[in-house]
Amino acid sequence: MNTHAIRAIYRFEMARTFRTITQSIASPVLSTSLYFVVFGAAIGSRMGAIDGVSYGAFIIPGLIMLSLLNESISNASFGIYLPKWSGTIYELLSAPVSYLEALIGYVGAAATKSVMLGVLILITARLFVPYHIEHPLWMLGFLLLTAVTFSLFGFIIGIWADDFQKLQVIPLMVVTPLTFLGGAFYSIGMLPPVWQKIALFNPVVYLISGFRWSFFGQSDVNVGISLAATLGFLALCLGIVWWIFRTGYKLKS
Amino acid sequence: MRIATEPAPSGVGEPIVQVSGLGKTYAGGFQALKNVSLSIRRGEIFALLGPNGAGKTTLISIICGIVNPSEGTVLADGHDIVRDYRAARAKIGLVPQELHTDAFESVWATLRFSRGLFGKPPDPAYLEKVLRELSLWEKKDNKIMSLSGGMKRRVLIAKALAHEPKILFLDEPTAGVDVELRHDMWQMVRRLRDDGVTIILTTHYIEEAEEMADRIGVIRRGELIVVEDKAVLMRKLGKKQLTLNLQNPLPRIPDDLAALPLELAGDGGILVYTFDAQSEETGIADLLRRLGEHGIAFKDLHSSESSLEDIFVGLLRSDANAAREPGA
Repeated sequence: MNTHAIRAIYRFEMARTFRTITQSIASPVLSTSLYFVVFGAAIGSRMGAIDGVSYGAFIIPGLIMLSLLNESISNASFGIYLPKWSGTIYELLSAPVSYLEALIGYVGAAATKSVMLGVLILITARLFVPYHIEHPLWMLGFLLLTAVTFSLFGFIIGIWADDFQKLQVIPLMVVTPLTFLGGAFYSIGMLPPVWQKIALFNPVVYLISGFRWSFFGQSDVNVGISLAATLGFLALCLGIVWWIFRTGYKLKS
Repeated sequence: MRIATEPAPSGVGEPIVQVSGLGKTYAGGFQALKNVSLSIRRGEIFALLGPNGAGKTTLISIICGIVNPSEGTVLADGHDIVRDYRAARAKIGLVPQELHTDAFESVWATLRFSRGLFGKPPDPAYLEKVLRELSLWEKKDNKIMSLSGGMKRRVLIAKALAHEPKILFLDEPTAGVDVELRHDMWQMVRRLRDDGVTIILTTHYIEEAEEMADRIGVIRRGELIVVEDKAVLMRKLGKKQLTLNLQNPLPRIPDDLAALPLELAGDGGILVYTFDAQSEETGIADLLRRLGEHGIAFKDLHSSESSLEDIFVGLLRSDANAAREPGA
């Protein structure tokens, strides 16, 4: 195992995060804080509790998940797309680095950044709304699992994309709407029966539900199903990455 | 014209890169390399020449692991580039043709990254030595985007050297750099060779190959048409010319002398005699005697030898003509 290479990629990617800390950390924390101000402190005080949880606290898992999904995808896709775009990918391809090592470096750095961001948002939320975490270890587990899974997804997008527009299209046009419709701001149980059934086709529902369960001990979907769905998506992403590396898709001619 | 696709390396260095039957056909059907076989000797400077699109970069890219070969094998210092890619690639450094750099990174950060990527532990003292040798030490904290084109080229060389490779590929290393920097680079390449690094360079500047290379390879349309020691190549294919500035211009070459390799130039005021540089009998004495017999006097004469560029152009032309001939 070329651990020096993994460390080099990881450090290089993390250095980029700290060099652009306003964009990569401060900006998402600020925008999420605004959600807490508007939906938690202002509107939330006029809304009733959901399943015994105040509205301000109820939206914490959904908002963390919203940032986590977007940042994981964005970090990982940008991390591998940038060398492709600038041409410096030649160095990675000519180095004695296995695909697994490259993956650990890029996805590891992207997931680390997302987890850091998730924890920061969690701490920021404390400034606006009181909350209690029922299952802290499960919470961390879901946080980590989701960050790694969606960083892998982002890595795939970064390989697939051949312009900046493609890099943005899935996070903006697919992931964000699915997260908003996946129960970030409400319980699926509040929807009419038909929409409840349709919502179950939204994979983000399972992520938010499982994560919310770790906070409050209650969820829209059984936590086992949430976990299985997340692991299933992780397996799917791993399969696609394996295929990309085996065929050299958009990496090697 | 074809001069042995690959003569067995004679004498000096043992092979450090061995290419056997290498072929590359891209997805669109374009055949970039056709059955290329080549040995690069340890410690030599090998220049790969060829026109645009001849397959130089494809050959380098395959050896470095950037492009997959369609057929054939490559050994780098005895390691197969596919089966034993870790050991093979660890020996190789590549300076690409284009200025691909991490524009927002500092010179130091990008060097550390390169060294780590190739599996080497941090060694600030070695990296400092590399940067000093390339006159980059003062720029180590500068962002790459703030450097000039020549400096960026040096950064790419520093990155390629960061992991102490035994084989260094320089793909058009002096493209677009000024004359002074080009000469600096030539010196640097010689120093590297003196340190035991094998250098393979592609170039469009024939004088660069003539100045630096120990051996020359010429590639055309994916085929290696010549591999030869530079001195032997110039001796074998080089021609000498004797130029006579005539006292009185000639309307045409006398019939009696028409069989000789003579040409009139400069409105008949210059007579050019081409002869084989290899041959013991140049025929100059006979020519001068016969010119005297015809009363052709000259006021000045000088001889010149073909440059590598002349040989290169001649090779490509003769190969193109051979390809056009039916049944060739």
